[in-house]
Amino acid sequence: MPLFISKRDTDDKLRRKVMEISGQNFQTCFQCGTCSGSCPMADHITVIPRKIMALLQLGNKKALEEANTPWICASCHTCMVRCPRGIDIPRVMEALRLLKLRRNIDHVELKKIKPEEVSDLPQIAMVSGFRKMTS
Amino acid sequence: MKLSYYPGCTLKTKAKNLELSALAALKALGIEVDELERWNCCGAVYSLADDDLIHLVAPVRDLIRVKESGHDTVMTLCSMCFNTLARANELMKHDEEKRFTINTFMDEEPDYAGEVKVVHFLDFIRDDYGFDKLKEKVINPLTGLKVAPYYGCTLLRPREVAIDKPDNPSVLHRFLEALGATVVDFPSSTTCCGTYQVLGAPEASLRVSHEILGDAVRHGTEALALTCPLCDYNLGRRQDKMLEKYDDAGEVPVYYFTQLMAIALGVDPGISHFELNRKSALELLKARNLIKASA
Ligand code: SF4
Ligand code: SF4
Repeated sequence: MPLFISKRDTDDKLRRKVMEISGQNFQTCFQCGTCSGSCPMADHITVIPRKIMALLQLGNKKALEEANTPWICASCHTCMVRCPRGIDIPRVMEALRLLKLRRNIDHVELKKIKPEEVSDLPQIAMVSGFRKMTS
Repeated sequence: MKLSYYPGCTLKTKAKNLELSALAALKALGIEVDELERWNCCGAVYSLADDDLIHLVAPVRDLIRVKESGHDTVMTLCSMCFNTLARANELMKHDEEKRFTINTFMDEEPDYAGEVKVVHFLDFIRDDYGFDKLKEKVINPLTGLKVAPYYGCTLLRPREVAIDKPDNPSVLHRFLEALGATVVDFPSSTTCCGTYQVLGAPEASLRVSHEILGDAVRHGTEALALTCPLCDYNLGRRQDKMLEKYDDAGEVPVYYFTQLMAIALGVDPGISHFELNRKSALELLKARNLIKASA
């Protein structure tokens, strides 16, 4: 995915909002790639965590909205315990999720889960899944 | 020795094999626990947003119940409950501003400032009971059983609540050694199984789980020992789906660490409810004469 840097794509409000919700300063990310190399979900995400940090530094709203990364992230905190800059990346992912969820847009729908799955899934899967992916 | 015990919702339903085996094993060690009289769901995951305090109300309320019960330590068996309660506790201890907001909001409750200690069964056994003492109590050692310890995420990360070194843990290794098992180390032992993405991205979580099991088998394991009901779902219960989807998938017996403990301590296997595991779990124990074939 090419990165286009232009004033037109830069949304400073988004950058500030994500900083505020996550409490993280992603500006200190120096693009080492440790997070992406540690991510168990890396094969399934469209934009690796390191690049998410770069897009945030640029304030590239469109590319961030298109990335599936925050929705595939499992909040496993592996990237975070290894990040040399001490960035709590899962908090950044949570902030990106909340930007959508707080507009009342759900990512998973309860109705679409099959009844046999509902009765099979452990409670913690349902509770945590809905906490992360519904508004 | 008596300590407060927080079960959490999954242990009362889908993961009875975790709760009942643990309680029976504790009893065999002479440890009594006091289940909290009133508890509510902890929320399963800790909220990661700085401006979201409402989701802390549930875990903090549980911690207040512990304090009220007169105990100073609460033990959990479910790794996700452990993580959520321990992190909420850390915040109440160290973040003065948020503590004030939460205490003010819960004006019907007594103030709370992180007075209770949150432990997981494993660090309790390591730090308070001791692996040497555990070893002495083993009457049915798991000799020859090659078991891979699987840690997952929530016992080890983030650092402020980790019960062991996030990248190089040993507590489950030493626990299994004390039970007499042959411990099989494997690189994916701390790799996340995909957790709740079983709802959002089921294919992705199936694949990471499949890779974890494959890695364990390549390193010579016969079975996996784990601590979390969601890991058990992804790595154990979803093996049928793996067998359907991947040519190189095979049966891997998966146990809760407490089930293996109960067997080693000579507790009646009926208590461990192996019918809630994959069939291969009971079969392996019978094949190794760790459980009588008639059981
Ligand atoms: S927390 Fe999310 S981004 Fe970080 S390693 Fe885990 S799945 Fe990947
Ligand atoms: S590990 Fe930290 S510093 Fe390195 S690329 Fe990821 S966020 Fe940036």
